[in-house]
Amino acid sequence: MAAQENALNDPIIMCEDVHKWFDDFHVLKGITTSFQKGERAVICGPSGSGKSTFIRTLNRLEEHQRGTIIIDGVELTDDLRNINLIRQEVGMVFQQFNLFPHLTNLENITLGPIRVRKLTRTEAEEVALSLLERVDIADQAYKYPAEISGGQQQRVAIARALAMEPKIMLFDEPTSALDPEMISEVLDVMRELAHSGMTMLVVTHEMGFAREVADRVMFFDEGVVIEEAAPADFFDNPQHERTKLFISQTLQH
Amino acid sequence: MEEQGLTQEIKPPVSTKGPGRWLKENLFNTWYNTILTCLALVFLFFAFKGFLTWAFTEAEWGVIPANFRLFMVGSYPQEQIWRVWTAIYILSVLMGLSAGLWGGLILRFVVVLSGVWFISALLPFDFELSTRGWCLGAIAMIAVSFFLGRDRTSLRSWILGGWILSFPVIMVVLRGFGENGVLTSRWGGLLLTLILAISGIVVSFPLGVFLALCRQSKLPVIRWVSTTYIEMVRGVPLITILFMGNVLIPIFMPGFDINQVLRMMLCLIFFSAAYMAENVRGGLQGVPRGQHEAAQAVGLNYVQTTLFIVLPQALRSVIPAIVGQFIALFKDTSLVSVIGLIDLLGVARSILANPKWLGLQAEVYLFVAFIYFVFCYAMSYASQDIETDLGVGKH
Repeated sequence: MAAQENALNDPIIMCEDVHKWFDDFHVLKGITTSFQKGERAVICGPSGSGKSTFIRTLNRLEEHQRGTIIIDGVELTDDLRNINLIRQEVGMVFQQFNLFPHLTNLENITLGPIRVRKLTRTEAEEVALSLLERVDIADQAYKYPAEISGGQQQRVAIARALAMEPKIMLFDEPTSALDPEMISEVLDVMRELAHSGMTMLVVTHEMGFAREVADRVMFFDEGVVIEEAAPADFFDNPQHERTKLFISQTLQH
Repeated sequence: MEEQGLTQEIKPPVSTKGPGRWLKENLFNTWYNTILTCLALVFLFFAFKGFLTWAFTEAEWGVIPANFRLFMVGSYPQEQIWRVWTAIYILSVLMGLSAGLWGGLILRFVVVLSGVWFISALLPFDFELSTRGWCLGAIAMIAVSFFLGRDRTSLRSWILGGWILSFPVIMVVLRGFGENGVLTSRWGGLLLTLILAISGIVVSFPLGVFLALCRQSKLPVIRWVSTTYIEMVRGVPLITILFMGNVLIPIFMPGFDINQVLRMMLCLIFFSAAYMAENVRGGLQGVPRGQHEAAQAVGLNYVQTTLFIVLPQALRSVIPAIVGQFIALFKDTSLVSVIGLIDLLGVARSILANPKWLGLQAEVYLFVAFIYFVFCYAMSYASQDIETDLGVGKH
């Protein structure tokens, strides 16, 4: 926890009164929070609570319509230069993996470094191969995404995001589309990443992972943060009625 | 029983169907299928008997070799025919080099092409000796450049540049300069058909992709312009566009001397691009939103996302539709005869108008149909081959 305290006054993400509407539907109703460098936050909540939308506003896959978001000192506005700058610093892992099906796993990873970070092909492939090694699927480098399992695809997706050397990693329900026996291999990779000091925001229903890895658990419902606390407090001593209900429901199985 | 572990490999059952077995299972498996098969055989016998008897005894195929040069190049002057061969040789060299560099489909293509040249050189028609020489020369060009280009990967971008440059160069070669050249009004036959079709295909494809992207644009003005263009062109018959183009293009661009061939070329390009755009749009819509998001999340900008992520996926999923449009365009070139150009079909009609060849419609049109078929089938075959190559549907 020492590292976290050192960084306490150095928030890498600052959100101030963030609002978002889908047409008339008010998805985010004024989110104000901040995340420290190296912090691991798990975001949970019922579906439709706005948790996915919230992390998608952080790299501008969704546009927020009111309030301010500042990522590593750069404010997210309509300015395309800022958006591209922030996207290079924020990696994202999706529920459906979203690997590029026409490229090999290796090419999936090297595309960003070559085109955005302007590495040479050789440099990028070196980075990509060492990342594939790190997520333990170096032998699948020259296959296409459709030829490997869901768990392996998600690990390639994590490697793809890491290849951009992001300061922040966003995970949008990374294990929800996986068969049960593949969930742990993806969680292992995320655990390893957490121990390496990466700033991570994880939307997930994996409460075991949250309890073990997170510095903070945030509970979203109907577009607001109902409760946030360290995992021990959150799971053992929830304050809010809705949190209690949610925890009892998710821990039942 | 020998030990049968869980992991023992069991091979799929091998189907041993001889042709006799196949016939029995598919054509004679029940009494009514047997009757149907027999009836069909009788019908086919009479249909083909009539055709074959005609083709081998009555038909006067002499009209084809006698007019072969007309079919190929129309009224292109004999003493300038070296221009056409120069153009063919330029293409032969490029194809040979490409075959050496890339192999695969293009290699198979040049092998077939060399075969065609070889047969042409040996045909028992009364060709001039020089023509036979030119044909064999084309084979030599292909072969030499094939071996020159073999595995010289560093040449690749040069060859691509060469292909792009080849079109204007060939146009100039075919036309020549001023009075000493060959006026485009004398271009004809298969030569003209190919020029119109190839220029139409090569230019309308990128134009169509561009229009499709514009139609998906977030900027309303660009979207409206593109949509209006596409809908207007698609709402008018091609023949109307050809007539209008013939009359209107000179009025719109008074300073330029735009000849009829160029006018028809532009009309075909603009017409085809609108259809191409709709085909490509179908492919663009099929690319899931997650692909755009993943590309953005990696930091790619709009142009990079479009070039590296969206278009490769969109285009490969609509290859059949795009090639269908290419084939349609190839056949549509036959409409240019309405404004007086003598393309392949125009040549056929002008030959039939000659009293010497009166009444030989069947022979002439069959021959022309055969040529159209060969080219269209080649495109269709190539598209299937490309699909297999790209693993469409697999990854």
